[in-house]
Amino acid sequence: MGAAQLPTTEFEGMEPDDRAEAAAEATAGLPAGDMVQLLDERGVLHRHAEYSAFIDALQPDQLRRFYSDMAAVRRFDQEATALQRQGELALWVPLTGQEGAQIGVGTATEPQDYLFPTYREHGVALTRGVDLAQLLRLFRGISNGGWNPKDTNFHLYTLVLAVQTLHAVGYAMGIQRDRAADPALPPAATVAFFGDGASSEGDVHEAMVFAASYQAPTVFFCQNNHWAISVPFEVQSKIPLVNRADGYGMPGIRVDGNDVLGVYAVSQWALEHARSGEGPVLIEAFTYRLGAHTTADDPTKYRLAVEEDKWRAKDPLVRLEKFLRAQNLADDDFFAQVRADGDELAAYVRKATLAMTLPDIRSAFANVYAQAHPLVTEELEWFERYEARFAAGDSAGTTASDRTEGGAA
Amino acid sequence: MTTLTIAKAINEGLRATLRNEPKSLLMGEDIGALGGVYRVTEGLKKEFGPERVVDTPLAEAGIIGTAIGLALRGYRPVCEIQFDGFVFPAFNQITTQLAKMHARSNGQLTTPVVIRIPYGGGIGSVEHHSESPEALFAHTAGLRIMTPSNPNDAYWMIQQAVTCPDPVIIFEPKRRYWLKGNVDLGSAPGDPFQAHVLRQGTDATIVAYGPLVPVALAAAEAAAEDGSSVEVIDLRSLSPIDFDTITTSVQKTGRLLIAHEAPTFGGLGGEIAARITERCFYALEAPALRIGGFHMPYPVARVEEHYLPDIDRVLEALDRALAY
Repeated sequence: MGAAQLPTTEFEGMEPDDRAEAAAEATAGLPAGDMVQLLDERGVLHRHAEYSAFIDALQPDQLRRFYSDMAAVRRFDQEATALQRQGELALWVPLTGQEGAQIGVGTATEPQDYLFPTYREHGVALTRGVDLAQLLRLFRGISNGGWNPKDTNFHLYTLVLAVQTLHAVGYAMGIQRDRAADPALPPAATVAFFGDGASSEGDVHEAMVFAASYQAPTVFFCQNNHWAISVPFEVQSKIPLVNRADGYGMPGIRVDGNDVLGVYAVSQWALEHARSGEGPVLIEAFTYRLGAHTTADDPTKYRLAVEEDKWRAKDPLVRLEKFLRAQNLADDDFFAQVRADGDELAAYVRKATLAMTLPDIRSAFANVYAQAHPLVTEELEWFERYEARFAAGDSAGTTASDRTEGGAA
Repeated sequence: MTTLTIAKAINEGLRATLRNEPKSLLMGEDIGALGGVYRVTEGLKKEFGPERVVDTPLAEAGIIGTAIGLALRGYRPVCEIQFDGFVFPAFNQITTQLAKMHARSNGQLTTPVVIRIPYGGGIGSVEHHSESPEALFAHTAGLRIMTPSNPNDAYWMIQQAVTCPDPVIIFEPKRRYWLKGNVDLGSAPGDPFQAHVLRQGTDATIVAYGPLVPVALAAAEAAAEDGSSVEVIDLRSLSPIDFDTITTSVQKTGRLLIAHEAPTFGGLGGEIAARITERCFYALEAPALRIGGFHMPYPVARVEEHYLPDIDRVLEALDRALAY
């Protein structure tokens, strides 16, 4: 990022360290001891009475998988950003910095759980087995969805903030009814993703009220990445987000979102809590958006490089690499292979993106309603007649696409 | 045949739905023990239990948002919004999510949520309890809109809406909840999206729906005494709109009046007038005329009679149409 070299005039005269420190403290709200952290920034794994059991149960290949998944999605993120810069995507929403939160919670989910993402959950998508190239259909203007949610129980990205939290609770209410009708069904939960910005939306409040009222099996997973585009977290809340859980009558857990093992462990606990009928849980993953909100954003306008540097030192990949090496669970060959796999993924994503076929506007007509609608039918028939005129060449050689802005495709 | 009020007909339609469609459930504020503020759901919680007749927290976005989630899980929620003016907290969920889910999933997902909204004025009520926001929803692609004007349609439309794979909003004419009529419990009245010609005529066509259908029929009756033969069409469905039935009528009568309680500006009357003018230009003897509410917030109850289209307002428009 250029941000490291470009402190803006708006911050001139302030003491960068003081401001960053103050912001971090204000947003932290709670003493550090109240935030679950299993793997610290030095790569040292700590014991926790409640959550360590989930880590103890992991095999070495599972521990390595956390790293390779985080590295894969970071490499994917870089490639998607490059594709946007090269004009192949209209927009991209980077996740760099949030890999620990996303791979942690995604890995904790079971196939029968159903996840409702925002538009930044690329890491979660990876853990659910979504073909990452398909995520780019939305950003290339090919589709408003891009994958079939029923294949992976990973819902479509939702761009209207917070609405999906209510869908998650409703889906969970359906799970409750299904299990009441058929107790042989495996316990399942939903995960409602949202961010610190969306936490101010009324739909999050209503979702938590409904979930608590019906004891719906929903895990509310808030990635507090500290910035809602340009507005810092302090504007969204005067208290730590996790404290809001009390007000709804559900357990709340704040976890170091850059500690993939910590996030995995608390997510396991929360999902088991929800699946077993104990009701919803709020997890606040305390993390940081190292990049821009989207490729259309410019963080140098509103935050200081020193703040980013401070969070860069908490990188979720770096600390897990330290741990894996110190425990002799991974060597140079492993990390070289991860890099090679990442490059292969990036090459695949690039190739798949460039090969995406343009949709036919007729499919848009076809999918407005599930059952034929006379107005849509009438307008499609008009459109076909209109297009046919150009195909028949009865308009002095002018075609519809000749006249569109930018010329023919 | 049995005689029911519109409210009771909907109640019976909901009962039949809950019996016939195991995935259906009702959601709303005060719909359980109370049976809804209009008692439309009376007795249903007792019969089907709290898991299928769900008293929700008092939050409209929450009702529709969770209904979308239930629909994604395979359920068929029927949501009650307590009053027309209180649907707006759910407007975001309805227009950005419910209406678009099928399209944005490229046809892979359906969200067959039904939303019941008592609408319209004439009950002497307080602010936000007398509105007609149907055009806001009819304007939104992906939604279907129905509105019954009689008990038979009220009984059947709710059942037809629940079996429809698309989201459906049913606007219920609240001042007609106590209107009685015959209900044929044995067979549905066919396509719910088709308009019905309720009265034949040759001089003009009045298109109305919901609460103004009885007004249109009474106006036609009065016009007949004055020697004019007026055809009356009950639109029944506001999305889609059955333009074919209106076209056939106007080709015959040459004059078109559209009556609704909603403000005429930007209302469905304008849409109907424009399309029928395109279809029937050479048959029209007069411009299509609209009878509707004024461009103002719904007025206070003590003066609402001056706002709501009544028989005289319809006859005044008819006189103007016949004068061409």
